[in-house]
Amino acid sequence: MAATLTGVRMISFTRRVAVLALLLSGLGLGRAALADPAPASWDQALAQAKGETVYFNAWGGDPKINAYVSWAAERVQAEYGVTLRQVKLSDTAEAVTRVLAEKTAGRSDGGSVDLIWINGANFAAMKRQGLLFGPFTQMLPNDALVDVAGKPTTAVDFTVPVDGLEAPWGMAQIVFIYDSARLQDPPRSMAALLAWAEAHPGRFTYPAPPDFTGATFLKQALYEMTDDPAALAKPVDESGFAAATAPLWRYLDKLNPLLWRHGQQFPQNSEAMRQLLDDGEIDIAFNFNPSEASAAIAQGLLPPTVRSYVFDRGSIANTHFVAIPFNANAKAGAMVVANFLMSPEAQARKQDPALWGDPTVLDVTKLDPAGRKLFADLPLGAATLPPEKLGRTLPEPDPSWMTRLAEEWRQHYAR
Amino acid sequence: MPAITLALFLLPVLAGLIGTLLPALGLLPSLGDTRFSLRPFARLFAAPELPGALAATLVSGLLATLLSFLTALGLAAALEGTRLFAWLRRLLAPLLAIPHAALAIGFAFLVAPSGWLVRLAAPLVASGGLPPDLPIPGDRLGLTLAAGLWLKETPFLLLAIIAGTNQLPVARFLDIARSLGYGPATAWLKIILPVLYGQLRLPIYAVLAFSLSVVDMALILGPSTPPTLATLLLAWFDDPSLERLGPAAAGGMLQLLLVAAAILLWRLGELLIVLAARAWLAGGGRGHAGVMSRLIAGAIALLLFLLASASILALGLWSLAWRWPFPQRLPASWSLGNWLGAGEGLGRVLATSLLLALATAAIALLLSLGCLENERRHGLHPTARVLWLIYLPLLIPQISFMFGMTALLAWLGLEASLAALIWSHLVFVLPYVFLMLADPYRALDERYRRAGLCLGAGESRVFFALTLPMLLRPVLLAAAVGFSVSIALYLPTLFAGAGRFATLTTEAVAANAGADRRLAGTYGFLQAALPLIGFGLALLAPRIAFRHRRGLR
Repeated sequence: MAATLTGVRMISFTRRVAVLALLLSGLGLGRAALADPAPASWDQALAQAKGETVYFNAWGGDPKINAYVSWAAERVQAEYGVTLRQVKLSDTAEAVTRVLAEKTAGRSDGGSVDLIWINGANFAAMKRQGLLFGPFTQMLPNDALVDVAGKPTTAVDFTVPVDGLEAPWGMAQIVFIYDSARLQDPPRSMAALLAWAEAHPGRFTYPAPPDFTGATFLKQALYEMTDDPAALAKPVDESGFAAATAPLWRYLDKLNPLLWRHGQQFPQNSEAMRQLLDDGEIDIAFNFNPSEASAAIAQGLLPPTVRSYVFDRGSIANTHFVAIPFNANAKAGAMVVANFLMSPEAQARKQDPALWGDPTVLDVTKLDPAGRKLFADLPLGAATLPPEKLGRTLPEPDPSWMTRLAEEWRQHYAR
Repeated sequence: MPAITLALFLLPVLAGLIGTLLPALGLLPSLGDTRFSLRPFARLFAAPELPGALAATLVSGLLATLLSFLTALGLAAALEGTRLFAWLRRLLAPLLAIPHAALAIGFAFLVAPSGWLVRLAAPLVASGGLPPDLPIPGDRLGLTLAAGLWLKETPFLLLAIIAGTNQLPVARFLDIARSLGYGPATAWLKIILPVLYGQLRLPIYAVLAFSLSVVDMALILGPSTPPTLATLLLAWFDDPSLERLGPAAAGGMLQLLLVAAAILLWRLGELLIVLAARAWLAGGGRGHAGVMSRLIAGAIALLLFLLASASILALGLWSLAWRWPFPQRLPASWSLGNWLGAGEGLGRVLATSLLLALATAAIALLLSLGCLENERRHGLHPTARVLWLIYLPLLIPQISFMFGMTALLAWLGLEASLAALIWSHLVFVLPYVFLMLADPYRALDERYRRAGLCLGAGESRVFFALTLPMLLRPVLLAAAVGFSVSIALYLPTLFAGAGRFATLTTEAVAANAGADRRLAGTYGFLQAALPLIGFGLALLAPRIAFRHRRGLR
């Protein structure tokens, strides 16, 4: 989900200090709570969910997304009698820390987090430490509509098998964007990008890792450079890391001096990079949301001549999910919300570029005619590629790669 | 009263320093670290960004302070007594009131290669319709940041100079000097400055400490890879894995040492200049008539004023723009959407900012008045040491004690509450309000009070019926200063509010990072407008209240 998490940064660490204080004192953890038994069937889940309040811990930095969650809250209240409250996080790791603190303090029921928007490293950590409830997704009726064959990242999250512990919510894929009024034939591979940068110095850049989009650019480049893509699916092997990444650093040593500001400065995030494109300071940018370019045009943040495209050898893609902590206070309610978020109605609304523009996890061909019409009626936006043109997707490497690549990048270029 | 007040704003600073020192030494009980260790410092010094961060911090901070001081000095020396200076004095309050974040956002757009200045000069500069590839803002040494700080700190130091000269018989000194044949600027430098400098010392040190540790302006104008030290530390404190908490706390201590070293360095410079200047001072050189220096000073004052107002004007234009692409000089399409669409958010953010600033200014005013009245009734004479104490929160880098202060607030059960936020703002607002109020309060002729007492009024009646009305103008001005300081605060708002309280400052900085200039322009423009309105009201109210009392307006 971090794909949509760049941008507004808010300080969160008092909240973490508060969690730590909580851990230390045990205060506030003694509250007796009625355990919410794991529902045995979907019908039981529906019955149990009525009247429950679900605290949805989700990154809250984008007003568009917050408005979408408010809409979902109205709908689940009307449909299922579930009260949905968004706890706006500045970083998902906050919720992970809180659940961990509760587990350490022995609160195995009545936890404060019912549903988390999650993927990648945070999911891997929660799964490893036994902090998740489930498997539960097989019980959700809408789970059958998910496009597991066409979107394998809905079953394998950053190389970690989902195993029914999180319900897919939306898709992300790296797409490149350019202004067709200034550039006609953009480069479609890392090698072509370098050649293009040689001919047009100062007209490309990428966000400085550890920014999520910037780190993903490193992973995308590594896929094209490495001799052993299979190694990326496994945790980083320190003994082989230098050899495996040597071609990447050789490439960046050549590319960086040809970047905007001679690679001495980098934009902070994908939004800053988008602004550089709008200001005419660079010619090519990229984003983790395939419909971001259309959304930005609609919001007046990019000129209407902007178009998007993908690299020939494929682009990194991932899925973001919702998961339920092991000690959630409203497990049945959380399951009902997760199922609603996967419904054609909720998924089509989420994909509308005017409202959010986050691509669906569903296989639209599996839907009934009414469901298919919902998607067929969606405006695509001039700058958004239709699904068949998004090309091959590359799976996310093991989460450890992102951490190590960002660290090494710091060592090389952030001095 | 003075004891409570001092405790209220010094306790968080001291507790905050200790609370940051402990994790810097590996002592963070809540994480299970209970053994003393220098590992956080080792990790700090191993960070690849550190050398670059230190270079950018030192260059931008020292350069900004030196340039601001020299400019303020030059303006005062060359222009004292001229009509231009009187005009400049009147512009000082609005210039001072512009919050750092708003000024920085506007200035960044002004000077960027695709910014307003290049657009205005487009036919001359741009090559083939593309903006030039210049490293502005965000150059590695922080020169753009230094320029932004210069815009903000020069008016502050000029105000300090004016406040200092108000207590000296400047006109008489200068008359004597001129009758001896000294040129005006030379007379000022040789006769006024040596007497005045002692009073400028603390304000200069405050500027030095601020420039070396500023965060919001550095986020907007400063380098990013690597950033300045304080910005780097903020990112480390922000790391959700808590991995970098130790090195960040250690960095807070390094930042403190850096500021202390810079202050010592400046002090050393003062001593050297005193030694070197002795011959010049006593040598009898009369200097020139000062026409040239007056012209240059006038030009610099004009530049300063134009840059600051163009920055704010740019914010205003962006807040009304829909699209304003390069290289257009004015927005291509206009929209009220930024003001209306931000609707719900803008209203709440505005309400939070106003509530916070009004509450903080009111409390600071009450405490300051209480202290000053107490001092007066008991005939106390504060020493220079007390002045240092009052300045303390302005001399210690915010990033060095904000973490510990947050821990203190969490321990008191106040984390992320409005009370915590007001308290954290009070730490910075109180010194300014007290300093603004102290001089006029102490200068009030004691005979008014005595006359009141002799006529049979009690102490409190004298205070409310005589002292307060006679001091209405300075009291309101002090409140306006407190209000504008609170509106501008960034780091304390983030830390004590835990990101849950969005103010115009945090939203403007966030919108700038989220790369929506229209939104950043809207928040920034409003952020700049509020203190101006505050000052306007503070100046207007006595005129209305005392429209029949000319001496009190």
